[in-house]
Amino acid sequence: MIDTPHVDWLALSPTIALLGASAIALLGAVLVPRPAVRAFSAAITAIGFVVSAVFAGVVFDRSPDPTVLLSETMTRDQLGALAAIILALIGLVVVLVSWSDGRRDHVGEYYALLSASAAGMVFIVSASSLLTMFLALEWFSIALYILCALDTHRRESLEAGLKYLIIGSFGSGILLFGCALVYGSTGELGFSAIREATGADDPLFVTGMAMILSGLAFKVSAAPFHMWTPDVYQGAPTPVTAFMAGATKVAALVVTLRILVTAFPEQAEIWSVAVAVLAVASLVIGNLAAIAQRDVKRMLAYSSVSHAGFLLIAIAANSDDGATSLLYYLIPYVAATVGAFAVVAARERELGKPVSLSNLAGLGWERPFLGVGMWVFMLSLAGFPLTGGFLGKLFVFSAIYEAGWWWLVVIGVLATALSLAYYLNIVRALYMRPGEVAPGPVVAAGGSPPRDVLLDTAVAAGIVVTIGSFFFVQPLVDLARDAAASLPL
Amino acid sequence: MLTTLLIVVPLVAAIVVWILPLSNESTAGLALLAALAEVGLWVGGARNFDFSSQEQQYSATREWFSDLGISYSVGLYGFQYWLVGLTIVVGAAAIGYGMWAGRERPRAYFGLMLFLVGSLVGLFSSQDLLLFYVFFEAMLIPLYLLVGVWGGPQRVKATITFVLYTMFGSLLMLASVIAFGISQGTFELAEIGTSSNDWIFLGFLVAFFVKSPILPFHGWLRITYTEAPPEVTAILSGVVPKAAVFGFLWIVLPHFPGPVADFRALVLVLAAATLVYGSLLAFRQPDIRGVIAYSSMAQMGLIMFGIFAVNDLGLDGAVLHSVNHGLVSAGFFLVAGMIESRAGTGELARLGGMAKGRPALATVVMILGIFTLAVPGSTNFAGEFAVLAGVFQRGWGYAAVGAAAIVLAAMYALRLISAILHGRRASGSEDTSADLVGGELALVLPLVAILAMLSAWPALVTERSFPLDQPTSFISGQEQAP
Repeated sequence: MIDTPHVDWLALSPTIALLGASAIALLGAVLVPRPAVRAFSAAITAIGFVVSAVFAGVVFDRSPDPTVLLSETMTRDQLGALAAIILALIGLVVVLVSWSDGRRDHVGEYYALLSASAAGMVFIVSASSLLTMFLALEWFSIALYILCALDTHRRESLEAGLKYLIIGSFGSGILLFGCALVYGSTGELGFSAIREATGADDPLFVTGMAMILSGLAFKVSAAPFHMWTPDVYQGAPTPVTAFMAGATKVAALVVTLRILVTAFPEQAEIWSVAVAVLAVASLVIGNLAAIAQRDVKRMLAYSSVSHAGFLLIAIAANSDDGATSLLYYLIPYVAATVGAFAVVAARERELGKPVSLSNLAGLGWERPFLGVGMWVFMLSLAGFPLTGGFLGKLFVFSAIYEAGWWWLVVIGVLATALSLAYYLNIVRALYMRPGEVAPGPVVAAGGSPPRDVLLDTAVAAGIVVTIGSFFFVQPLVDLARDAAASLPL
Repeated sequence: MLTTLLIVVPLVAAIVVWILPLSNESTAGLALLAALAEVGLWVGGARNFDFSSQEQQYSATREWFSDLGISYSVGLYGFQYWLVGLTIVVGAAAIGYGMWAGRERPRAYFGLMLFLVGSLVGLFSSQDLLLFYVFFEAMLIPLYLLVGVWGGPQRVKATITFVLYTMFGSLLMLASVIAFGISQGTFELAEIGTSSNDWIFLGFLVAFFVKSPILPFHGWLRITYTEAPPEVTAILSGVVPKAAVFGFLWIVLPHFPGPVADFRALVLVLAAATLVYGSLLAFRQPDIRGVIAYSSMAQMGLIMFGIFAVNDLGLDGAVLHSVNHGLVSAGFFLVAGMIESRAGTGELARLGGMAKGRPALATVVMILGIFTLAVPGSTNFAGEFAVLAGVFQRGWGYAAVGAAAIVLAAMYALRLISAILHGRRASGSEDTSADLVGGELALVLPLVAILAMLSAWPALVTERSFPLDQPTSFISGQEQAP
């Protein structure tokens, strides 16, 4: 008998559930009769996401104290588990949105890739060594590259896939180089081992840290590493964009938070300034560029850049409150973003062409439910009260204020003011058609497509979470605080 | 409990109206019923309200976001009760007007109106700084759509201007709220203590000045008041600026005594400038709504005199005059809407001679005009007198400006009356347009009746605004709270 290390299968279960779903869906693409492939693979993937979320919930429940596994390749803790729950739920909603997207070929592969990339994200939020972090990052990125390019009949989709591949690989390269430098100067791979072995003044080490941060900033799509975001978000199939805007952000930000506070606490003075600079750049560039956009997906892409700024502010606070506010902020942000892309997807299917501000006009009256949904999501992203987005911003601002960086609050507030310009543009497009004097009877712009119950369910879930996270903020913050407690802050 | 009920009834009614697929008439009826139920609740509550108590009445507190020390905390003191009453009465009249005017898409429309009323009531009864901010912002959501969808030809421009100005102010206030609340460790107004930080004070000041509006933050006023539907303008001019009054009385004065004293001269000068500038512009406006809009702005300058005099007379007068001004300007905007719907225009040059054959309209316009110019014996006179007597103690110059402004008010009010009612008939006021009908009178007369009652007995408000009728010590007593 060869001695094998003890494997904590429960800690791996959320990932394994998704990988299993991916494998079955992929097999189904070949073995199941063609007309049934869609139903089969979608159902298997949905089940996979549910099982994964349940297992992650069990992990959350049973891991009050963080445990380091397998010579610190991963950590079983509530932070990872909470992030995994959020990721699995995003995946589930994206499956609902994808159901009636009219895809004819590669259906099985689509769902298989979706759950495979979610598996990589679920894994990365628990990764606690440079190697597993890089492995998981490539794992989910490669799946996403293919997903972006999956609409092979659309040039934009192929372009998006190629751009994402090239720029994403560049980012991964920087990350890997940074990992190599840190490993070279410390001789350690595990995050906490790096902390103990650290030589603070070692220029190689600091350079490595900076490169790791830059590499992760590509995935967070923080300015100035955001160049790929608008093109890729615009070109990719809309459900995939929803998945990227929601899930990639969660995964990348959680791993950024984890590595910075676990591996580099000694250098906090350096990286918190760097993160603050990234945040300010994202806020400025994201918001200014979003104002100029007419294509809704592109506008939402820049909006996601600006939200990366708000979320990075929470990391820059380098405090327990900061981490808690990051996790709380993610909940309404994800709900509003995925929901908004779901509405865009619905309009896109109705019109058969890209959704711009001008052909969004009147949606609020033609499809009242989707209109109210979009309205709520925009208000939440803009940080209006009665939505979780407001409390998220408030919480982030108060965390950074307590950390003593009052000027970041001022910048954040100014950025919020700027962001209103484009979020309210969408609300205006929904309800106020230009040139029409009296709001007369309406004819839906795309005829009357059949009701898409699953997509409506996804939008309803988004609305419930967006508004619910405002009224029931304290229970969610308690969860987030438990999760943040597993970090050495 | 009653306070929560007053907030929740319109909000629930709004959701019901949105969701239930009722016919247009029943939607409007349901909305009006909810608005009248509010009035009933408020009147019923007034009977058990102890105006002399130093305790909050009908208060309710619930944990909400305890990590940051934010709670759902509402309750009422006398002056808040009057502001809530103003909201409810004007809201009911506005909803009735919407019903009479037959707005398109009634489910969305009445839902938004009720939502607006609910958030305003919440604003005037909040006892938590953040809750106040939440309602302060929440009321923008319905206003944005009400102006933008049901407004006049330039409505989109009006909404953008309005939202840009107000959000500029409220986001500055958000920064102040965060800085103030976090540094004090709580957002509960009763526990929050005082601050001498000028920047935090200025954040609040600008936000409230935009809302009032006070010179030089009035750029949104004209287009918004003109383009919004008349009943929305009635709420916008009658009730919404009172959010600033409440904010000054209950946040700025008690918690920033140092900066208030330092900046008093500046604020009073701006208020004086607003008063004179608004009155002069009102005199020059070519249409009914323009006159009322700028007169409304001038009156807010006067109210600001009373608040920043920070003495018993000034504070009492500010509360009374807030109620007066709310009723008068709301009533006038509703009447303006009625005239516009008859004449097809609000331009004074195309009106005239409307008194002939329309006794009810003539009487209503005359009475509202008389209240506007604050004839001695009217409740507006009582309010203005108290305010001016209060500000006189801070400097006779301010009182002199205020007194001069009363003369200006007489000028624009009389010009408005004569332009509408008297003179030659112009193209807009043909014989075909009828007198006010019963339904319209039912909207305006209650407002006039309340004004008449207050004229007979202004002490109803002034002696019941602050506990034991000691405004200054009550307001500043808040400082010593732990």
